[in-house]
Amino acid sequence: MTRSFLARNPSVLWFVLILSLFTLGVTLLSEAYGVALVSTSFVKTLGMTLCLCLVALAMDLIWGYAGILSLGHMAFFALGGYMIGMWLMYARTEDIVIAALANEPLPATAQEIRNGIAAQIFGVVGGSDLPAVWMFAHSLPIQLALVVLVPGVLALVFGWLAFRSRVTGVYLSILTQAMTLALALYLFQNDSGLRGNNGLSGLQNIPGLDAVGQDRLSVWFFWASALALGLGYVTLAWVVSGKFGSVIRAIRDDEARVRFLGYSVEGYKLFVFTLTAVIAAIAGALYYPQAGIINPAELAPIASIYLAVWVAIGGRGRLYGAVIGAAFVSLLSSWFTGGRAPQIDLGFYTINWVDWWLVLLGVAFVAVTLFAPKGIGGLFDLVQGLRRPDRKGAALGPDDSSLQEKEARE
Amino acid sequence: MSSLLEVSGVSVTFDGFRAINNLSFSIGPAELRAIIGPNGAGKTTFMDIVTGKTRPDTGRVLWGEKSISLLSLSEAQIARAGVGRKFQRPTVFEDQSVADNLMMALKAQRGPLSVLFWTPKPADHARVAALAAEVGLADALARKSGELSHGQKQWLEIGMLLAQEPQLLLVDEPAAGMTLAEREHTTRLLVDLAKTRAVVVVEHDMEFVRRLNCKVTVLHEGAVLAEGSLDHVTRNPQVIDVYLGRSER
Repeated sequence: MTRSFLARNPSVLWFVLILSLFTLGVTLLSEAYGVALVSTSFVKTLGMTLCLCLVALAMDLIWGYAGILSLGHMAFFALGGYMIGMWLMYARTEDIVIAALANEPLPATAQEIRNGIAAQIFGVVGGSDLPAVWMFAHSLPIQLALVVLVPGVLALVFGWLAFRSRVTGVYLSILTQAMTLALALYLFQNDSGLRGNNGLSGLQNIPGLDAVGQDRLSVWFFWASALALGLGYVTLAWVVSGKFGSVIRAIRDDEARVRFLGYSVEGYKLFVFTLTAVIAAIAGALYYPQAGIINPAELAPIASIYLAVWVAIGGRGRLYGAVIGAAFVSLLSSWFTGGRAPQIDLGFYTINWVDWWLVLLGVAFVAVTLFAPKGIGGLFDLVQGLRRPDRKGAALGPDDSSLQEKEARE
Repeated sequence: MSSLLEVSGVSVTFDGFRAINNLSFSIGPAELRAIIGPNGAGKTTFMDIVTGKTRPDTGRVLWGEKSISLLSLSEAQIARAGVGRKFQRPTVFEDQSVADNLMMALKAQRGPLSVLFWTPKPADHARVAALAAEVGLADALARKSGELSHGQKQWLEIGMLLAQEPQLLLVDEPAAGMTLAEREHTTRLLVDLAKTRAVVVVEHDMEFVRRLNCKVTVLHEGAVLAEGSLDHVTRNPQVIDVYLGRSER
């Protein structure tokens, strides 16, 4: 009974092994540290994909395990990106302003530098003052703390309000989507203090590391993303393997019954919601320095819906399923929408994948939901021969009130 | 004898329908009680009120030595206070193993953080094994509870209830769907349990109630119609009228 954590979760070892080999492989093929077979931009794409895998893990915990279909986790992801982006942009602009003012006859005062930074950053939206939300942008430690704190507190307050009123199911999904939309619309405004629809840019330039060069920086960020994904996987595997995992899966299946066992269902949901929001934010803080730019379109509701699609296609309720889904679909998506997929000439019509990819994804999503609810991850069950016995038959109980056997309905 | 649970003057109305009408009920700390009554008498609503699922319009529900009001507590808090409930339909977590189901029900801290860092000790495994043996599922510990038969699910749920170590057990039609041998086992178990805690059994089956050999409360139209031994209440003309005159079953 008391086997070790790794013995009970063989997927953890496999995952860490595959991730390490993948990281090593990419490093050896990179321009900076290897034979230059993989371009710097593709290393960035792979690093970003690892971040998407991390946020998909968070989505799997809250949706696949706890049964809460949140359509707001990409908002937390983007908020994490904004928080780190503020420091990146501020610190880089500060270097530029100081360099520009160095030619002046008098040394620049702190106020002059601050004004110069504000004018540089906010000139594009017609402002010249630094808004209050940039109060801590000069400090990397504070902004790093805010990466976790801002999405965490938002999730805590929003979740407390939503779960306390026992909003569940599709209504909760709508509520989280409304939160995401409201946040996106707010950030689109020029006077929101985060440069409106221009967003934050130039994030790929890390202040103080100008001499390093993007080829090496991209690999460093790739390593950081791989490390975060590995740690995230091990942590979440530990979270879901014990009694906590039992309780949240029980909440997914029958939350009223869990209440009568004495567990505070609302407390658990709030805990999971906040934890996954923080994980999403950390993933976002690693993603956007690789993407180089963030704007409010990144947290449009469609982004969170994509997230749900990745997890559904990969396989809900198993952590590696979420990772496979996110990696597979997002890489395939960039292949199709990048114009690299060959066009199909039907004679009367040419299928251009840039236009048709979304249709294909939609059809794939519907097909997976209908015919393979376990997603790609279900293939592992086939390999292991883990199929539930097919019992068929109707209700197995003696009266109408008894539950049907689950297998009988499948 | 001071009472463990005291319900007094409770009324509930659903859309104008009076499900519970000025109901009063009390039970001591180690007592077995059967509640009978025709369909719609308010038996399930009564359990809903005690477990916090339904809030009454008027009345008091007091619990334990300190006479805490259960009305201001949530379902989970009431369960933690020591009220366990078994539903008519067996509701177990079908996606999880029998051992996991029992482990989840085992009396322990219920907060998210303490559960997250909780690891089962050898004593916990032993307790789960003992409970499984008591309800005849010792060989099924590793099986998914969804694979169990209807009767086995009933037993698993009883096992989960025992694992919670409640002071008051509310049991809704425990014998439904059980074989004769299983019914006898259930009877013995309930009588045994009532030596150390309060047990309330809601039952339709008179034969089963007779076997329990305990005080009976008859509910009718949301109020107590009669109370006493089974022989006593079955001689009551009003009870005969309700049960036989309107030929409920």
